[in-house]
Amino acid sequence: MGGSYGSTLRYKSVERLKPVGKHSLIGASGEISDFQEIMRYLDDLILSDNMWDDGNSLGPKEVHNYLTRVMYNRRNKFNPLWNSLVLGGVKNGQKYLGTVSMIGVHYEDNHVATGFGNHLARPLLRDEWRENLTFEEGVILLEKCMRVLLYRDRSAVNKLQIAKITEEGVTISPPYSLKTFWNFSAFENPTHGAEGSW
Amino acid sequence: MGDQTVNSYIYSPPAASSARKLCFYSAFTHPLLIQGFLLLNYSNSSSIDRSAQNHIMDVSTGDIDAPHSMGTTIIGVTYNGGVVLGADSRTSTGMYVANRASDKITKLTDNVYLCRSGSAADSQIVSDYVRYFLHQHTIQLGQPSTVKVAANLVRLLSYNNKNMLQTGLIIGGWDKYEGGKIYGIPLGGTILEQPFAIGGSGSSYLYGFFDQAWKEGMTQEEAEQLVVKAVSLAIARDGASGGVVRTVTINSEGVTRKFYPCDKLPLWHEELEPQNSLLDILSAGIPDPMVS
Repeated sequence: MGGSYGSTLRYKSVERLKPVGKHSLIGASGEISDFQEIMRYLDDLILSDNMWDDGNSLGPKEVHNYLTRVMYNRRNKFNPLWNSLVLGGVKNGQKYLGTVSMIGVHYEDNHVATGFGNHLARPLLRDEWRENLTFEEGVILLEKCMRVLLYRDRSAVNKLQIAKITEEGVTISPPYSLKTFWNFSAFENPTHGAEGSW
Repeated sequence: MGDQTVNSYIYSPPAASSARKLCFYSAFTHPLLIQGFLLLNYSNSSSIDRSAQNHIMDVSTGDIDAPHSMGTTIIGVTYNGGVVLGADSRTSTGMYVANRASDKITKLTDNVYLCRSGSAADSQIVSDYVRYFLHQHTIQLGQPSTVKVAANLVRLLSYNNKNMLQTGLIIGGWDKYEGGKIYGIPLGGTILEQPFAIGGSGSSYLYGFFDQAWKEGMTQEEAEQLVVKAVSLAIARDGASGGVVRTVTINSEGVTRKFYPCDKLPLWHEELEPQNSLLDILSAGIPDPMVS
């Protein structure tokens, strides 16, 4: 939920997970103003889709594709939307999870991440993700990843939300904080015997 | 294309590191704006020169090969009888936290300690040299060095190498002639004897706080509480500071090191009580906290 301004942790309650239509959820990292613009585009998209009134509705695959086109075309004009996006959803029993970067790189996978998550979370997910995780197991796994990111990413703040998307719809948790662990004996006096080191 | 260094601080700056190698004096990473240069950079950089980050999965992770910098919050405060030095424990390379439990308060002699900020390498080498000189000085003098001498040695190194070094230091200690003393030595090598000193990137957030909270003649308890509170406030707002709060108290009786992990620190604005997991919150039986 953090919004940094350079190295200042300026805004500590920015909502970066937003539902899109009935079936999808978008998560964003990067420039918040560009994310807000993307939300406007998506709201217009969903509105037009509803206006057809034909019983069909855009699913996560379609929304992901739309976002990819938007991001890639902006990149081609040398005026990117400075975001990395995660798009997930469920429609007609089919699960979908994809990602788009600011230069239009896009793919879908069973687990995706933005920013430092690519380096720190994805290895954890590769080892521990499996088909048919329960919601509880998924939460534990995600929290494990988020905790590592909290330790190792300077722009992270200790406040997060977890969202769940099922056929029934999208729910987003209230913001909460994770416990962190600092009580290792190695941390108490690390330079003992090696003054000046770190 | 070569040596483009533009500081963009609207959001987490991305970086490509091929040009970084030319910026010899950079202790802080100079991010290279990718934007349209990304395409051109790839065609210009030789394959030998390419950084470890060959496949940029996400441009926002920055340069993991950047020099180690201790963004930091460091504080030194005098009180009635001695000094209290405090610091955070985060050392970063670009946006990655290389060490979340560093010790930035370094011993120079039994009675003089140094708080380090800025470039990790530069501050370590300065402290190593000063420790070496002070060791010899103590032997020759036949008694513990004064804080003033230690501070001036640091100043000499900082000032005479000002073009190459990028480190802000706070010296604190106790000697029998002057009692507890704090000397601040910022970037250019100025030396300033002060009742309290703050330094590092996190100190920007503390000027107002100290204007309001600092008082002459505090007790040891009050001084320690002030230091811990201040470092904790800076950690809350400075991305370059974080981890645990370490304090070192120096007086006529000797030196005491204290360690305050995150859970011992107060919560500030918009910070929440830490939980073990969302599952605990969900099972606490509050009517469905997950909202659409």
